[in-house]
Amino acid sequence: MSIEITNVNKRFGDFVALDDVSVSIPTGQLTALLGPSGGGKSTLLRIIGGLEQADTGRVVIEGVDATGLPPQKRNVGFVFQHYAAFKHLSVRRNVAFGLEIRKRPKAEIRSRVDELLALVHLEQFAERLPSQLSGGQRQRMALARALAIEPTVLLLDEPFGALDAKVRRELRDWLRRLHDEVHVSTVFVTHDQEEALEVADEIVVINEGRIEQIGSPDDLYDRPANDFVMSFLGPVTQLGDRLVRPHDLQLHSGDPAAGDISGQIARINRIGFEIRVDVATTGEPSQAVVVTLTRNEFRALGLDVGAAVNIRLAPESHTTLAPPAQPTPADTAKSLASSH
Amino acid sequence: MADTPTIEATADHPAEHAPLPGRARRRGRPPVGRYALRLVVIAYLFLLVAWPLYLVAQNTFKDGFDDLSAILDDPDTVHALRLTLTIAVTSVIINTVFGVGISFLLVRYRFPGKRLLNAVLDVPLSVSPIVVGLALILVYGGRDGWFGPTLEDAGLQVIFATPGMILATTFIALPLMIREVVPVLEEVGDEQEQAARSLGANAVQTFRRITLPAIKWGVVYGVVLSLARALGEFGAVKVVSGNVSGDTRTATLVVEEKYLNFDRGGAYATAFLLALVAVACIVVVSLIRPKDPKEKR
Repeated sequence: MSIEITNVNKRFGDFVALDDVSVSIPTGQLTALLGPSGGGKSTLLRIIGGLEQADTGRVVIEGVDATGLPPQKRNVGFVFQHYAAFKHLSVRRNVAFGLEIRKRPKAEIRSRVDELLALVHLEQFAERLPSQLSGGQRQRMALARALAIEPTVLLLDEPFGALDAKVRRELRDWLRRLHDEVHVSTVFVTHDQEEALEVADEIVVINEGRIEQIGSPDDLYDRPANDFVMSFLGPVTQLGDRLVRPHDLQLHSGDPAAGDISGQIARINRIGFEIRVDVATTGEPSQAVVVTLTRNEFRALGLDVGAAVNIRLAPESHTTLAPPAQPTPADTAKSLASSH
Repeated sequence: MADTPTIEATADHPAEHAPLPGRARRRGRPPVGRYALRLVVIAYLFLLVAWPLYLVAQNTFKDGFDDLSAILDDPDTVHALRLTLTIAVTSVIINTVFGVGISFLLVRYRFPGKRLLNAVLDVPLSVSPIVVGLALILVYGGRDGWFGPTLEDAGLQVIFATPGMILATTFIALPLMIREVVPVLEEVGDEQEQAARSLGANAVQTFRRITLPAIKWGVVYGVVLSLARALGEFGAVKVVSGNVSGDTRTATLVVEEKYLNFDRGGAYATAFLLALVAVACIVVVSLIRPKDPKEKR
């Protein structure tokens, strides 16, 4: 295990950022810390990197207790969301920074930097200033800079968060390929579940300072531990008191079989290749269930708005218990009105 | 460059975005109003700054270079100019070291009493220099000051000597460096410093290689402003110096002395030299400073 985190707590004033977090991060893999904003994932990453101190708990990196070590003694590479480029230094000097600090011979620095610039495809920009680069190029430079010191672990804090969607997608693919080449243990923070599912070998889901689940992307998507993980990792709809993925539901217009729920089609929405059908269930209270189908499946059914249908859960689909219903704003207003 | 995100643009060049609403508003205004406004500003600056300063220069050269060469031949005046320069340069060095240090403390750390410290730092700007002079005498006065007799026993005379004048000048110019450096430090942020730390740099290396280059222009402006202020300091220095000609009389005190003794030519010439150095500093800095705001840091 490359990083062992045991019983880490961190507060900022009254706000509990991390609540007794323990996690082991495996060597040589790409691990994602996934969760909503303010959930504590960046704080955990900064504690691993030494940029933040845990109130209590231990951090061990490759067998070395790093709990009290300052960042410069941890040998970790850190990449920031907003690049943190050294604005007064050229791309080459940025990448060389860690090696210059370590007083390596000039010739060695030169060849190592050339190698890294080639790795991140920035050879022809070596003499430019960061302000002359695009966002994506700056982030690749920051990555080369972090890799230059041959870190034990590479930590990336929302590395693509400041980039537009297209560049983000490109860099995501590129990071995956880069990791397959370089094999350094990497931890990256993201709030984008698609990014985590696509890039990571392992995902740690963090919410409200606690770890919700740890597992491979398939594990998390197919066997979520609770309703939070279920609804954070993909689309969900509520059927009875269970949360279900809309693509795990099937529609048919014949006689209802045992366990089927009948209803009426309220709306049909087409989003590219996917058809989204809103079904209002019969019975009290009526539920609005979302079912997604491919275009061909839906055509074969020959249904339209207003048609009576039965909903069936596809075999071997995973469901979780739905959380207790949240009071809607209307309910709150009602209770406020009655209390006066 | 097409994929440069907009977040970056606003963070780096707030100035490019800020004038937009103003420009739009001005477009709607009739040009007459705009010209009238410009005229008022120019007239104001002309009557308040440019014309009086020009008259000083004109009076200096009324008799050609006679007045200038007269004061430069007078050993007491030359001594005063030298003393002013020594005091100014020393106090600027002290203010640069402590000013940058205090700014760093104010921006990068949270500690109890920070707001109080912030408020205290503006005191030198709001208190009259003559009060500063008197206060310093109460503390460092050789005969009955609070700390002065102790220092004097140790062989260091502060009041009525160069150390006291440096102290007074440093006190007066203290906030200028801090008020220049603090906003720059805030704008630069601490991510670059964190990146440097994670790459293995210790605190000193991070400060020298990353922080200092990033705040360079703030420090340069601070130095120029402190220097100009230090050269021109009069009230506090007058109180603590003793004003002995050829010994503790600075250039500004010479100007007063000559003026009161009806040596108008000498007074204007000395004043001209003082103003020249200060204006030259500001002009030089605005010339060497990078034009493009992008290159500023």
